[in-house]
Amino acid sequence: MMITSRNTAKAALFLILTFFSAASLWLLLEAEFLAITLILIYVGAVMVLFMFVIKMLDTDQSTLRAQFTRYLPLGIFVSIIVIAQIVLVLNAGQFDIAMTGIPEKHDASYSNITAIAEQLYTLYVYPFELAAILLLIAIIAAITLVHRNESRSKKQNISEQINVQAKDRMRIVSIKPKSAKESK
Amino acid sequence: MWQSLVDTIHNLIPWFDGGLADVVIILIKGLALIFPLIIAMAYMTYAERKVIGFMQLRIGPNRVGPLGLLQPFADVFKMMFKEIIFPSKSNIYLFLLAPILAFVPAVAVWAVVPFGEGFYIANLDVSLLYVMAIGSVGVYGIVLAGWASNSKYPLLGALRSTALLISYELVIGFVLVTVVMIASSVNLNTVVEKQAGGIFNWYWIPLFPMMIVFWIGALVETNRAPFDVVEGESEIVGGTHVEYSGMPFALFFMAEYFNMIFMAMLAVLLFFGGWHSPFEGIPLLEGWFEFVPDLFWLLFKMSFFLFLYFWIRASFPRFRYDQIMRLCWKIFLPLTIVWIFVVALMTQLHIGPWF
Repeated sequence: MMITSRNTAKAALFLILTFFSAASLWLLLEAEFLAITLILIYVGAVMVLFMFVIKMLDTDQSTLRAQFTRYLPLGIFVSIIVIAQIVLVLNAGQFDIAMTGIPEKHDASYSNITAIAEQLYTLYVYPFELAAILLLIAIIAAITLVHRNESRSKKQNISEQINVQAKDRMRIVSIKPKSAKESK
Repeated sequence: MWQSLVDTIHNLIPWFDGGLADVVIILIKGLALIFPLIIAMAYMTYAERKVIGFMQLRIGPNRVGPLGLLQPFADVFKMMFKEIIFPSKSNIYLFLLAPILAFVPAVAVWAVVPFGEGFYIANLDVSLLYVMAIGSVGVYGIVLAGWASNSKYPLLGALRSTALLISYELVIGFVLVTVVMIASSVNLNTVVEKQAGGIFNWYWIPLFPMMIVFWIGALVETNRAPFDVVEGESEIVGGTHVEYSGMPFALFFMAEYFNMIFMAMLAVLLFFGGWHSPFEGIPLLEGWFEFVPDLFWLLFKMSFFLFLYFWIRASFPRFRYDQIMRLCWKIFLPLTIVWIFVVALMTQLHIGPWF
């Protein structure tokens, strides 16, 4: 539904629905922390930004349709390759329930968060921190790219605006009242 | 208690057990939560008008019923019987979906609120995260309302609100991190239980700056004055719900008030000891206030925060949009990050009764 929908906003909404379904799958696998983090990050933050962009874009349907046939042969070629790969992988026998086994059930005292935290902060602490630093670098790179040419931005200096005093903006002029005789 | 109830009904109607009984009990619990909420919300509008009226030297509603006490019901009936107008160029499905998307999360977050010791609907292990996740879903109501109305003011309001909500969710997230660090749990029940033992054991002392940041964040998240740029009557008419009338508008309105009540509740749970009495552990007073039920303390503290909403609304002029953003990214975000390190130090050194 997400791919077939013509309307970009509707497509984004279906993507959100997909995230919710994935989250509920995780819930069924007793991974409530992962499920809720998925909703929090993807639905709560990433997709909101998507919607933000979609609203800004002017999506003209006719131009989109005009380009459709031009890229059709290439698109079909790529999709056939992808589908073939998926079929080959799925038929390799690695995804059988017998291979992985039925996930074992835990009792009520089992806490998904503690389990994840133990793994993440003991065994995998270096990969975890490396990933964090990588993301940080990406953020800094994005910010520096945006702020490269300062001259074009019409930035307001807010602390200057807040600290403004009456004497900076206002000039008091004393005008001598004209006498009645002069005004005539 | 529930099991005995199920057994009695099971004796009367033999086929009532198992899954059906669970569903019915969950439904009853949900209704038992939602009805008081709706009443609270209705009387909150009344209280808001009275309080602000008092602060502005007016009388407030006083025509319907004694002291105007029936005013909320008059408003409800008016809303229900109003015609629902659909803008002709709007996207009708999304137009109707938007208020529902705003309303459902506002009610759903209440599922994990602990009202007293062992008095809750769901004791989720990740309830604080659940609150954040479900709370962020509520944004879509506003976004879709702005987009589906196909009108410029709603779109402007929606753009403002998305940017604001994303930014302040970050800040509130960091504030919650400090709370989680002290309580060493993301379960709201445990967070409240850790604050047992009188007013000085509550988290508002070690987290005092965080509490203020949280409260301002709550004002932004619920689109309240002085941060109500989403609606901003004087600037963009009525923001996202310009085009809405009748019940769809009422849903937005109710969602906003549910969120307000919830944020007040969250402030109490996180920083003001939830259902604990402030006099716990103080020799004489503890005995005197023994008879007061847990729920009273919780609702009493919550009502104070609700009053704070009105007080702030009557006191401050509206912020300009870029000033709110500056407040978020340049002041609150560094402050919260610094405070995370402060809390980490305090937890390591075991300062005070909180750690």
